[in-house]
Amino acid sequence: MSNSERPNRLFRNLNAKIASIPMVLTAGVVFVGGTAWTVLYSFTNSKLLPRLNFVGLDQYYRLWATPRWLISIENLLIYGVISLVFSLVIGFLLAALLDQKIRFEDTFRTIFLYPFALSFIVTGLVWQWLLNPDFGVQGVVRSLGWTSFDFNPLYNSSIVIYGISIAALWQGTGLIMCLMLAGLRGIDEDIWKAARVDGIPMWKTYLFIIIPMMRPVFITTLVIIASGIVKVYDLVVAQTSGGPGIASEVPAKYVYDYMFFAQNLGQGFAASTMMLLSVMIVIVPWAYLEFGGRKRV
Amino acid sequence: MRYKFLTAAFAATVALNVAGPAAATDLEVTHWWTSGGEAAAVAELAKAFDATGNHWVDGAIAGSGGTARPIMISRITGGDPMGATQFNHGRQAEELVQAGLMRDLTDVATKGKWTEVVRPKSLLDSCTIGGKIYCVPVNIHSWQWLWLSNAAFEKAGVPVPKNWNEYVAAAPALEKAGIVPLAVGGQAWQASGAFDVLLAAVGGTDTFLKVYKDKDAKFAAGPEVAKVFKAADDARKMAKNTNVQDWNQATNMVITGKAGGQIMGDWAQGEFQVAGKTAGKDYTCLPGLGLNEVIATGGDAFYFPLLKDADKAKAQEVLAETLLDPKTQVAFNLKKGSLPVRGDVDLAAANDCMKKGLAILAKGAVIPWTDQLLSQDSQKQKEDLFSEFFAKPDMTLEEAQKRFADIIASAD
Repeated sequence: MSNSERPNRLFRNLNAKIASIPMVLTAGVVFVGGTAWTVLYSFTNSKLLPRLNFVGLDQYYRLWATPRWLISIENLLIYGVISLVFSLVIGFLLAALLDQKIRFEDTFRTIFLYPFALSFIVTGLVWQWLLNPDFGVQGVVRSLGWTSFDFNPLYNSSIVIYGISIAALWQGTGLIMCLMLAGLRGIDEDIWKAARVDGIPMWKTYLFIIIPMMRPVFITTLVIIASGIVKVYDLVVAQTSGGPGIASEVPAKYVYDYMFFAQNLGQGFAASTMMLLSVMIVIVPWAYLEFGGRKRV
Repeated sequence: MRYKFLTAAFAATVALNVAGPAAATDLEVTHWWTSGGEAAAVAELAKAFDATGNHWVDGAIAGSGGTARPIMISRITGGDPMGATQFNHGRQAEELVQAGLMRDLTDVATKGKWTEVVRPKSLLDSCTIGGKIYCVPVNIHSWQWLWLSNAAFEKAGVPVPKNWNEYVAAAPALEKAGIVPLAVGGQAWQASGAFDVLLAAVGGTDTFLKVYKDKDAKFAAGPEVAKVFKAADDARKMAKNTNVQDWNQATNMVITGKAGGQIMGDWAQGEFQVAGKTAGKDYTCLPGLGLNEVIATGGDAFYFPLLKDADKAKAQEVLAETLLDPKTQVAFNLKKGSLPVRGDVDLAAANDCMKKGLAILAKGAVIPWTDQLLSQDSQKQKEDLFSEFFAKPDMTLEEAQKRFADIIASAD
């Protein structure tokens, strides 16, 4: 029985399978193939042109001995935690507030979502000007009379990454709010009525009933935010180009600079392999729990 | 059969082309000269090339060399080469040449007696790899300049300094008058370049060469270089309130008298000119920081990718000759604010600062620049170090010098 069914399964939905061949090829050759190629060449001493001259782990030793790379990793962690926590919390709070059947909801939604229409480059430039000590926020407040007012994140090495996070939150929270709002609207009205009948306070309803029900929305949001974190590059380039000094460098910028600017492909590949590895460390256990767990149920 | 027929047909058309009157050949030239003065200078090159009956197709790439070079390199390695392309002569295109992607210009050079006309000789040396010439130098840009705002020093009530030491001594007076003593923009290459200038000026030519040419790591960790780091520390303290990113914004601080001075290459001169300032009256230039009057022979050159098309290859030769033509050299360099690569041209229209440069060049006080001595990889590491050093006041001199010596030890 099972033997005769097996070929059937292969040819079932044949049209759909044929139609997906280009995408399968793209994913296989471009993504997987390109990744494998990059990892392979990260063990070579390729300079401007890729060359198969293996040097073992030399590129990795150099990478982890480079202060700039260590600072980049630290910055990515800080930036990641900030944008994950704050965009989720602020996004959800805004959505919950908009969900209170307020007036002019459309207007508010548009205002909050508007920054998302700007690219990271534009966002970065706008905030570079806003945070410039001479004619930005600090300059305006000082000209109003508070001459000792000090708000200068982009030119202070120890807090510059927070200045960049402000711009990222301003740009990205609107989208998270919309996703959350869609999730909230998807909750059955009867749940609210039942909660009200039972006399559960509103914050408790949100925390213990609504949020657990919104799990799929949260997972989608999480994936969107997380992918945005790892690839952050253009925002930093536009706002500080890594400065002051190397205080706001990020891994993606290290990869680009060393591959193309320093003409050292091997070093750039090693750095990008490390980025891939860090994504895998987060994704694999999560995917295992998420998809492996479902089968058992 | 059919294939043979086609080849024959193609051969016939090619033969016809050659036999007919020399048609204008389009040659695409890529470069990163996009600011006002630079674009005007490029237009001079295009005019001279068009006058030979060919056509210059301008392939300007906006952004700086850092943005443009990856695009140029990927076009050459990706099999879509342009007719000619700008690089800084030195080691930026070294690997492209080694991979056989660039055209050997030795024949053209012998015909034009380049070895005799190009001055200083080191320019042509950095175009030479394995005894063959691969590029045409078009100008000399030197980094060794200190630009000072006369108005700023007047406001602070101190005379305009004659050298770096006087300048450092005058810094407190400038600060008291609310003037940033030294403008160093936030871009990494500016801090790194300023240090290299200090190395050649404070340390001297021998020190510079021992570190960057011989790559003597022990010497780089020694007391001679420690002196230079002390000077770099002065520069760091003087520059701490700069708060701008781009070099021309920093130059603008000097032009407007908000900053006392800036260590920057001779391209800064264009900014002073555009602002209508006069050398000697509104601003002062000190080559070699007034300590060691040398000029580094960095600059721009054109490289020619290997092309299959015979017509285009011919046009490449014409372009190579045109670029070194005395008339082109004068027209181009006056607009660009750089020095010509030939000693036998007349630059009567040059301003005071350019004339100072020409005099130093005539004396032969030249050194090779880091573009010629270090690989891009080592340059980038150096940039990372010095941009961190200038931005972090608590980074000790010992730590910085140790990391500098490490870079020199691994440099290639």
